[in-house]
Amino acid sequence: MVDLDLAPYVATAAEATERSRSWRAGIIRFCRRQPLGTVGLVLVLVMAVAGLLAEWIAPYSPTSNDFAAMTEPPSWAHLMGTDQFGRDLFSRIVFGARTALFVGFSCALLGGITGLVLGVASAYFGGRLDLLLQRVFDVVMAFPLIILALAVIAILGGGVHNVIVAITIPLIPRCARVVRSSALAIREMPYIDAARACGFGHTRIILRHMVPNVMAPFLIMLTAFVGQAILAEASLSYLGLGVQEPTPAWGLMLQGGAEEFASTAPWIAVFPGLAIALSVFGFSLFGDALRDAMDPKLRER
Amino acid sequence: MIRKSGWAAAGLAVFCVATMAATAAAETPKRGGTLTFMIPADAPPSFDGHRETTFATVHAVAPFYSVLIRVNPDNPSSTTDFVCDLCTEMPQPTDGGKTYTFKIRQGVKFHDGTPLTAADVAASWQAIVRPPDGVSSARESYFIMVDQVEATDPTTVVFRLKFATNAFLPALADPYAWIYKKEILDKDPHWYEKNIMGSGPFKFASYDIGQSIKGVRNPDYYRPGQPYLDGFIGIFAAKQAVRVDAIRADRAAIEFRGLPPSARDELVRELGDKITVQTSDWNCGNLVTPNHKKKPFDDVRVRRALALAIDSWHGAPALSKIATVHTVAGIVFPGSPLAASKQELEQLAGFWPDIGKSREEARRLLKEAGAEGLKFELMNRNVDQPYKYVGTWLIDEWSKVGLQVTQRVLPTGPFFDALRHGTFDVTVDFNCQSVVNPLLDIGKFLPHSVYAENYGGYDDQKEIELYQALLRETDATKQQAMIREFERYVLDTQTHMIMTPWWYRIVPARSYVKGWKISPSHYINQDLANVWLDK
Amino acid sequence: MYRYVANRVLLAVPTLIGAAALVFVLMRLIPGDICLVRLGSGGGNVDPRTIAACHAELGLDRPVILQFVDFVWNFSRLDFGISMWSGKPVAEEIAARLPISLEIAVMATVFAILIAIPLGTISALKQNSWIDHVVRTVAIAGIATPSFWLGILSILAVLEISNAVFGAPWMPPIDYVPFWEDPLRNLSMAILPALTVGYRYAAVSMRMTRSAMLEVLREDYIRTARAKGLLERLVINRHALKNALLPVVTLIGIEFAFLIGGLVVTEQVFNLNGVGRLFVLAVQNQDYTLTQALVMLTVAIFVFANLAVDLLYAWLDPRIRFG
Repeated sequence: MVDLDLAPYVATAAEATERSRSWRAGIIRFCRRQPLGTVGLVLVLVMAVAGLLAEWIAPYSPTSNDFAAMTEPPSWAHLMGTDQFGRDLFSRIVFGARTALFVGFSCALLGGITGLVLGVASAYFGGRLDLLLQRVFDVVMAFPLIILALAVIAILGGGVHNVIVAITIPLIPRCARVVRSSALAIREMPYIDAARACGFGHTRIILRHMVPNVMAPFLIMLTAFVGQAILAEASLSYLGLGVQEPTPAWGLMLQGGAEEFASTAPWIAVFPGLAIALSVFGFSLFGDALRDAMDPKLRER
Repeated sequence: MIRKSGWAAAGLAVFCVATMAATAAAETPKRGGTLTFMIPADAPPSFDGHRETTFATVHAVAPFYSVLIRVNPDNPSSTTDFVCDLCTEMPQPTDGGKTYTFKIRQGVKFHDGTPLTAADVAASWQAIVRPPDGVSSARESYFIMVDQVEATDPTTVVFRLKFATNAFLPALADPYAWIYKKEILDKDPHWYEKNIMGSGPFKFASYDIGQSIKGVRNPDYYRPGQPYLDGFIGIFAAKQAVRVDAIRADRAAIEFRGLPPSARDELVRELGDKITVQTSDWNCGNLVTPNHKKKPFDDVRVRRALALAIDSWHGAPALSKIATVHTVAGIVFPGSPLAASKQELEQLAGFWPDIGKSREEARRLLKEAGAEGLKFELMNRNVDQPYKYVGTWLIDEWSKVGLQVTQRVLPTGPFFDALRHGTFDVTVDFNCQSVVNPLLDIGKFLPHSVYAENYGGYDDQKEIELYQALLRETDATKQQAMIREFERYVLDTQTHMIMTPWWYRIVPARSYVKGWKISPSHYINQDLANVWLDK
Repeated sequence: MYRYVANRVLLAVPTLIGAAALVFVLMRLIPGDICLVRLGSGGGNVDPRTIAACHAELGLDRPVILQFVDFVWNFSRLDFGISMWSGKPVAEEIAARLPISLEIAVMATVFAILIAIPLGTISALKQNSWIDHVVRTVAIAGIATPSFWLGILSILAVLEISNAVFGAPWMPPIDYVPFWEDPLRNLSMAILPALTVGYRYAAVSMRMTRSAMLEVLREDYIRTARAKGLLERLVINRHALKNALLPVVTLIGIEFAFLIGGLVVTEQVFNLNGVGRLFVLAVQNQDYTLTQALVMLTVAIFVFANLAVDLLYAWLDPRIRFG
């Protein structure tokens, strides 16, 4: 039987080498064409390094109180000052990068993959499954994140893992919607029907034909999700519904003490917010540049 | 020569008179002005003082009502000085201390013009002590000693008790015991939840939901000259930063509950002598309650170790710089005559002067109980001041004897739920009472079978017996000894609960606010009748 | 056309019922008891009988199914019930807080539209120039910056600057007065929150305008118009903008519905007595009736915003209109 498989495959080693060389050239081209995107990439890398190597970079433990050094301004001993418990702010920010990365990537991956599966299934099978899923997505998207988060936190308890659950849930329908509209376009193509006619199973068609073609918007959405998840965690922690003390997390650092000491010790409020803004900024810039680079229509005229 | 010195003498005399007049004027209250103050809460759930326990209700609504007796507004930090509001003089109990007869003031009028009589007082107290079905009275359990309350004639109210006790009079001075109109209570006992009509120094003007409450002077108030204010505006603001900024920008003059040290420092630094700070020990405190139903906290050695590990003597001064805590004391409010002295305290676990020895003993006990390096979770409420600060400090202290503790912070609803269902290892608990009434206040330490708000999950018949005897003892010296025995039993022998430094009230206010004096309770002295503005 | 409309309207119903069921279940899964919070949070002693009486009063001792049926039935008759916390009608509680939230939402929208459309257009016209980079950076900064952090900093900035310049610190008024009573006071309270919320709103709209304009500018008819020698200004206004605006308007409509989520945090920061803060309070107090009503309100706004957008598309797309 003739193999009507049309998915892109890396068939030989020679082709693989060709690809890696062109990957490097691609990156260089990317940096030159998308200066903003490069800035974003750098920011993301800084954050990743901080999060991964936190133990080596941070001068102090992020959770040890030092009542003798409360709310001290930035100095050589404490690069970003100390908070109201005497904890070193720089160390907390560095460890906070780890929390943010963990939350951001977990939510993005979990939400993205679930959304991908549901969106493609919805588009492929259509009919009543599609109708049902669409209604469920509507309800979840319309539902306020705050209530969902509070309910999840109250029922399951606080902590990082439950925050991830709370943030992932609204991300799923958003991803599913976008994937579904991309997949719908693919579904209309004649080779899908041809493949069905040849008797190929649903799974094979979905995995080999539909999924690879929605990859581009999907990946771009993932970078956006990481940023959104970090922001969502910050908002929830600010409202007291997110990660709990004494876990170092940027949003949590902006709650309570930051506002109470805003006039007397503004560094407690400034640095965590700056960290959040810069990381989400980096992810957004990078995601934007990625989209611009991958979308043929938006290339330079 | 004589003429010169004559003029000098005259000038000096004039100067003296002028200074005296000025000083006298500074002490004479000025009439007029509107006091704007912040209320650190979201709107009160209802206006009914009999039903609610939150200070939001009392701060917002107390100026509209009168009470029978109260803590002396000119000496509110006293724990024994009770004076009459609606009565004419403080009665001496008769019949072996079981009967109190109050004579009610003449000429008091409700805001709708009708006269207030003993019948109204009796009906209001009846609603508090023995509410009819379907009506809730939050203080019912404070008055188990009351057998009967009735108005024997239009000017006399008589309380008959089941047994004589020193706890009755302070309980009677409860700031929520507002006097309602009997006619309205008879028609609709729920009327006062949404409506306000009292006999107090201010008349209800308006209420913007969730925003502010306004009152204006009651021209027929029975205290001549009072209230000095033309009116007041109480603005609800749950966020501390807003309240501090409001006082700083003079959008409000005072916040009556209490602000943390950082706010006080900021205001004093920015405004200098435009701010006056009053401070007082607070009849509120956090406690640590181990869950006796969970191993290994059923073992008294583990509980004692928890107490011995904590260095309150050094911790309190450090904490008092950032949190609203201050004084180290036992189970009795530190300012009360029934409180323990420093020497007496130092005998109890958790108050030893030598922390090294104390922690050594803690380690020894943990080892003996097989709980070395124990890991557990401290449950806490999601409130910054001072809960989270105290919680963080406790975890640090326990780490010094090898205990590995994590904190679980819950919002108010789930926190209470977890307390009630005992789904915690160890929790930060709290005990807050309106009037300083040590005999009733220490009820918190009694087992759940007697005191509903105890969450330790233990039963202890001996403790209950000690308490019952204590409650009925009327001789002051004997009572002192008995309360010391009770304290030792609860904090040391059994270590049912562990004390942390008592809360501290810090009230910075604009200096033009005069007449209001701070007290150990943020519930009392809020009818604003004696407050005036010096501007 | 009418079949399409009827179809879309009917589809809104299961969404609303689904949301109702979800909020009902979630609220009751949260551990806690409003009566205990209300009566016992002062720290004193509360009799269990008092709590039982409170339960009976609020109807919490009835079977759960009955409570749900009552809720859905009443909601369909637009009877939102009584708030469990304060005893006042839910409609009254919400109505008291709607003005300030609405005002900020409207001001933020106006701000977003005024800023986003011109800037987005310019950015698209001058793609990859320095103007484009600056606008894109500003837009992404608007999306990346946590709005509550911006709020905190702006309050601080206003306080410190007014202190430095005027010698006395100035803060916006803390009690709300309606616009017609005292416009200056009202605006001074609303302007900072509106700008904080509007910044993010403008940023999202700016990006959408830019990408929509870029798409349109590549169309053949634009090239034709330019080839015809038409003034650039006319090309943009008469041809490009009108077509680009459709997705932008769609986005603005949908983002308006999401604004409520943003309001929750903003009203916390600025301590405004609005619907967003009411939301947080209702959930914290475990006031079932109030929370349910608010969630249904939010979902309804979202559903109808989507519906309006769908209908707009249906009206504009001849395939659907005449299909």
